[in-house]
Amino acid sequence: MLDAGRSSLGSVSARSVLGWVYRFILFPIGQMLVFIVGAALVLTLLSYLLALLFPEPRPNISLMTQVNRQLPGMIVSGITIGFVYAMIALGYTLVYGVLKFINFAHSEIFMFGSVVGFEVMQRLAEGGNLPGWSPVLLVAFVVLAAMLASGLLAVLIERVAYRPLRGAPRLVPLISAIGVSFFMIDVVRAFQAITRNDFNLTYPLNNLEWIRNPVKLAIGEATVNIRPTQFIVVLGAVVTLIALNYFVNGTKLGRGIRAVSQDMATAGLMGINVNRMISLTFFVGGAFGGAAGALFGMNVGTVTPFVGFIPGIKAFTAAVLGGIGNITGALLGGLTLGLIESFLNGLLVYFPVLGQRYTDVFAFSVLILILIFRPSGLLGERVDEKV
Amino acid sequence: MQFKRSVFFLFVVVLALSVPLVGAQDAQVIKIASQSPLSGPQSVLGTSIRNAVELAIEQLSGPLTEMGYSVEFVPFDDQATPDVGVANANLLVNDAAIMAVIGHLNSGVAIPSSEVYNDNNLVMVSPANTNIAITDRGLPVVNRICGRDDTQGAAGAAFAASLEGVESVYVLHDTTAYGQGVADFFQKAAAEEGLTVLGFEGTTETANFEGVIQPILALDPDLIYFGGIYSQTGIFINQARAAGYEGLYMGPDGFDSSEFAELAGDAGVNTYYTTVAAPPTFYPAAAQFIEDYTAKFGEPPQPFAAQAYDSTGIVLAAIQSVLESGEELTREAVAAAVRATENYEGMTGTYTFDDNGDPELATYVILQVGSSDPAEWSNNAVLADFQAPSPLAAAAEATPSS
Repeated sequence: MLDAGRSSLGSVSARSVLGWVYRFILFPIGQMLVFIVGAALVLTLLSYLLALLFPEPRPNISLMTQVNRQLPGMIVSGITIGFVYAMIALGYTLVYGVLKFINFAHSEIFMFGSVVGFEVMQRLAEGGNLPGWSPVLLVAFVVLAAMLASGLLAVLIERVAYRPLRGAPRLVPLISAIGVSFFMIDVVRAFQAITRNDFNLTYPLNNLEWIRNPVKLAIGEATVNIRPTQFIVVLGAVVTLIALNYFVNGTKLGRGIRAVSQDMATAGLMGINVNRMISLTFFVGGAFGGAAGALFGMNVGTVTPFVGFIPGIKAFTAAVLGGIGNITGALLGGLTLGLIESFLNGLLVYFPVLGQRYTDVFAFSVLILILIFRPSGLLGERVDEKV
Repeated sequence: MQFKRSVFFLFVVVLALSVPLVGAQDAQVIKIASQSPLSGPQSVLGTSIRNAVELAIEQLSGPLTEMGYSVEFVPFDDQATPDVGVANANLLVNDAAIMAVIGHLNSGVAIPSSEVYNDNNLVMVSPANTNIAITDRGLPVVNRICGRDDTQGAAGAAFAASLEGVESVYVLHDTTAYGQGVADFFQKAAAEEGLTVLGFEGTTETANFEGVIQPILALDPDLIYFGGIYSQTGIFINQARAAGYEGLYMGPDGFDSSEFAELAGDAGVNTYYTTVAAPPTFYPAAAQFIEDYTAKFGEPPQPFAAQAYDSTGIVLAAIQSVLESGEELTREAVAAAVRATENYEGMTGTYTFDDNGDPELATYVILQVGSSDPAEWSNNAVLADFQAPSPLAAAAEATPSS
């Protein structure tokens, strides 16, 4: 009896460990893999279909050859930017889930993260000890610094610009958010003007060999150069996304956030400190924006105080596409949008009348199409009274 | 009571402030404005233009001061944005003391802003705008002392075709009036030179060029031409090289800033660029200017600074000629005097304007980036230089012989 009880207890705990691993590590990774493979497969099939429809070479190679050559490149760049969108989209979606309003200042929190990442690396480089750092430690340090700074900034913005307007009509905090956005751009602009007299903030990556040498990958006709920074973006995004999934679904604080997002008043009656939970939500969302900013900055090399606008809008779109308020939806939306964009960029060059400048037109047409059939996004649940 | 007291106080302050203003207006003030991006990604060039105008006013306004005028400088920040430029233009035309504008850096900003100047007869002399529409509109107030994009684009294409192993080109532009304009001239001339144009794409992207680069890698051109400004083109080549692009890289005068070397790093070395404003070191007469500028502002002048200095010189000489002729000093008179400039001896050349405001003879230079060190920018190798007449001057030359 006792033995049986012990053994069953042991097996329960072993099963629960396995369950934990499945729930918080294997399942999210599997989910990401399914999203990536699914979206990439659909888009690849569509590209080849298009290539069959337009067989004539233009100007020197056919669309078929072009697709063959750039397919791996398109997928890699789509995944990279897709993860960046997904990480920013999480910030929109978390805040929306709790407060039911769009934090339009989030694009500037992303920008702030990229600028902080630059400042940290630049300070280290000016100290002359940048090459001495181990790559993993350096990236982790820069990203964590950006996360902390952006998270705190998001909490501050919530405290100053949104909390006093909690009871106000929906449009009021929206306007406040847009105001904060402009304010942040100009603060960073003024700060950089005074301290560096420069607006193009170039990450000091030039003397880091490990970050500059791309990995060459040959697949059939195609060679794709994968930059170490692209690995870093994807790896960093996966790690932080798993951590977020655990935080929201596996911890007491996460349960508090979920409770507040379901019913703020009742959650308050149940003894949850609502204001603290909202601050926490902003911190987590802001930290994700900051991490995305630093990773994005490392990948593209140069950031400016204006860098947040386009990725911010795209990530907002991704959040809506996936179903705003839904964390998995933000991931799916970001990856889908990134891949669609990347494929369009690659294919539209073949059609000189259109060209790459129509990428956004087509990408957003896809968005509208999806929203016609699924008005609350790919994974969104039906809700009636949201902005 | 409180209210009345504060109103009274305000009244006293306004009165006190207006006394020096009234006094200043008595002493015949002539103001020269500059419009260039002083903030934002292109501020390196814009600030240098501003500084050069300030230096020119300081050094060249002697004759006007002797006539009893004081010349003041009012810099404006157009942020490289058309609507800001137009808003500034509307603001500055209302100051009757402003007699001329030196600017802009960007053709896309200069074109709408100059419409405002034209409505108010305010003369503009541009040190840097190369788009053909700047002068081809035939506005009487718009002048420039640099070359034109049609000649610049064609010169770039001819040079590209002369390079060994270059048979195909891929043309990018930044979708602005300037970038798309010059890229289009390059593209047409390149096709005429027998090069294959693999693509002609516009992009407004400023950070992540991944999507632009992928199709280029697939098409594998021998040379990429990017009609745009360094803040975009420097980042682009950095990422393109990292993604595996190994061909040549070329661009117009928008590349011409030491910031390009900073942004592009090692990836930018050996880049070719054409320019209408050779570096100050190219002009023997500019040695003193470089020295004075560096002494005053603590850093060497950027490209277009010497041209901005000369533009200011032309304007000051024109104002002087109006005053000497005994005419009333009006904006119309100044504009007419600027247009009538003949053989003005500047440090970057001798300038005579044709009927459209183009310099009758402009200098074009082709350079190659030598180093990733921004401090070495002014030592970039000059591969070729030539002078070409403006379309009107060329037509005038052609007519008698035919």
